[in-house]
Amino acid sequence: MSQTLIRIGKWLRRDLRAALSLGFLLLLFALSVSAPIVAPHSPTNQDVNDMLQEPSAVHPLGTDDLGRDVLSRLIYGAPATLYASFLAVTVAILLGVPVGLLAGFLGGWIDDAISRVIDTLLSFPAIVLAIAVTGALGVGLTNGMIAVGIVFSPQLARLVRAQTLIVKQELYVDASRVFGASLGRILWKHVVPNAIQPVIVQVTLLLAVALLAEASLSFLGLGVQPPQPSWGAMLARAYHYMEIAPEQMYAPGIAILLTALAFNALGESLRVALDPTMKRR
Amino acid sequence: MLTRNRLRLIRRRLLQIAPVIVLATFVVFGLQQLVPGDIAVTLAGDNATDARIAEIRTLYGLDRPFFVQYGSWLWDALHGNLGKSILSGEAVLDSIQRRFPTSLLIVGCALSLSLVIGIPLGILAATHRGSRIDAFVTSIASLGVALPNFWLAMLLVATFALNWNFFPATGAAPLSAGVGKALHYAALPAFALAAGGIAEVARQLRSSLVEVLSSQYVRTLHAKGLSPTAILWKHGLKNVSVNLLTVIGLVFNRLLGATVVIEAVFAIPGIGSMVVHAAIHKDFPVIQGVVLALVMIVIGVNLLIDVLYTVLDPRISQQ
Repeated sequence: MSQTLIRIGKWLRRDLRAALSLGFLLLLFALSVSAPIVAPHSPTNQDVNDMLQEPSAVHPLGTDDLGRDVLSRLIYGAPATLYASFLAVTVAILLGVPVGLLAGFLGGWIDDAISRVIDTLLSFPAIVLAIAVTGALGVGLTNGMIAVGIVFSPQLARLVRAQTLIVKQELYVDASRVFGASLGRILWKHVVPNAIQPVIVQVTLLLAVALLAEASLSFLGLGVQPPQPSWGAMLARAYHYMEIAPEQMYAPGIAILLTALAFNALGESLRVALDPTMKRR
Repeated sequence: MLTRNRLRLIRRRLLQIAPVIVLATFVVFGLQQLVPGDIAVTLAGDNATDARIAEIRTLYGLDRPFFVQYGSWLWDALHGNLGKSILSGEAVLDSIQRRFPTSLLIVGCALSLSLVIGIPLGILAATHRGSRIDAFVTSIASLGVALPNFWLAMLLVATFALNWNFFPATGAAPLSAGVGKALHYAALPAFALAAGGIAEVARQLRSSLVEVLSSQYVRTLHAKGLSPTAILWKHGLKNVSVNLLTVIGLVFNRLLGATVVIEAVFAIPGIGSMVVHAAIHKDFPVIQGVVLALVMIVIGVNLLIDVLYTVLDPRISQQ
């Protein structure tokens, strides 16, 4: 364990981009956990005398159309955002990884059948399918993100399948089979650890896509429901007051952009760090 | 051009795609199985009487077994009958036909922008690998991928429509109203949509061109004394053009999805706003109709690209 930590420490010292993005994401996580302490005001407290105010000492980022403190809503939006991204990606992992493992390892008609299903699901424009599934499940953040997770799962399944096909050829898998290990044990002990690295990279990149999907769904009114704060929903409100208060749309948009950039940068750095052909010897 | 080998490959591709089409229709119809509880209650709307719910159940044939329902839905769909909107009563296919050209115009403009801007950026980055230009293009591409496109759309509206009045803030004009006017309306949505496309095209082109330019045969060409420009135009881009085809397909499909969100920002009466409205109000025939139309277009485009691929790349048909 401590050795892993030392290796991660060395990696972060070498890779400034990874260190910065990880730092930003940890900060965001800390903000999410401590939102009630850090936020200067309640995120849902309305004040009709204080609508669409410019930034001031009391409201550092101003107030929205219902007089709610924008900074507090931004801070309370962070947990919603992180919850949404991780929920979607978890659903995608739970669905996609086992399916990909089985298709790749078992081969034959099972693989053919699963691969056709993956091809089919990948033919749907992702966001449209997510909208349709949300429509069926019912609007709301959790349903929306389960929908996004379902839509992402074939991407992971395809990747895991390809990795499994490579690992399956290895001698240690044969050896394990000769020793009489069960299918579950072979997959869990030998295939998963050796096929997982590209999946980790892909999952990190998917977190960014999930984040953007949450923002889009909430913007369209299919995700987070009022009065709960979410960056996408904040932009949806800002949209209606664009002519009189254009500054309302800056903070949530920048928050979404920075978080998506951080997930992407971390993913790219992980790709370089985990790729054995790119490792410095 | 079309040797027997190629025809055989194309035929095989068609055979592969058949189950995908069938499965896609199954997924589209299966969407309504995801509705928690009794779908007839959902379709009947709030405060519906039991009689109304029963009426809905018979009207949509919901009392029949799932596969019978699927079969009759598919049969109707094959005959161009996608049902009627629960909210407006309009035939779904008619709405799609009326609204699709608007969406297609924006997607088409966005795709053109993605290529016209993305290709030169990708070439510049690949030929100046490791330089400041490369770093600049790579940063632009990272930004384009992470930028929420609807937020970019809002920024564009605030700046170019509300502040400077260069473009209309909302709405769309059909091509029949004049190409100039239609493009004028489509410009901002297309640009907002294109940001992701530009990033994708530049990224993919850069990486495939870098691979070609660092290959053995390009080194040989250098050794033979061919100028870098000649190598790029005669050998580099020729090899990359096939990859570019794949990227075009990918980007087109992505834009087709992304336009849904962009249409909301610009209040454009395309198929995007149609499916969002339907999803909020659980208007299932509309949801299913739009999703079916879109997935069939994507499958069609993918097939077209595969066929072109087979025709353009001699290496494929020799395998």
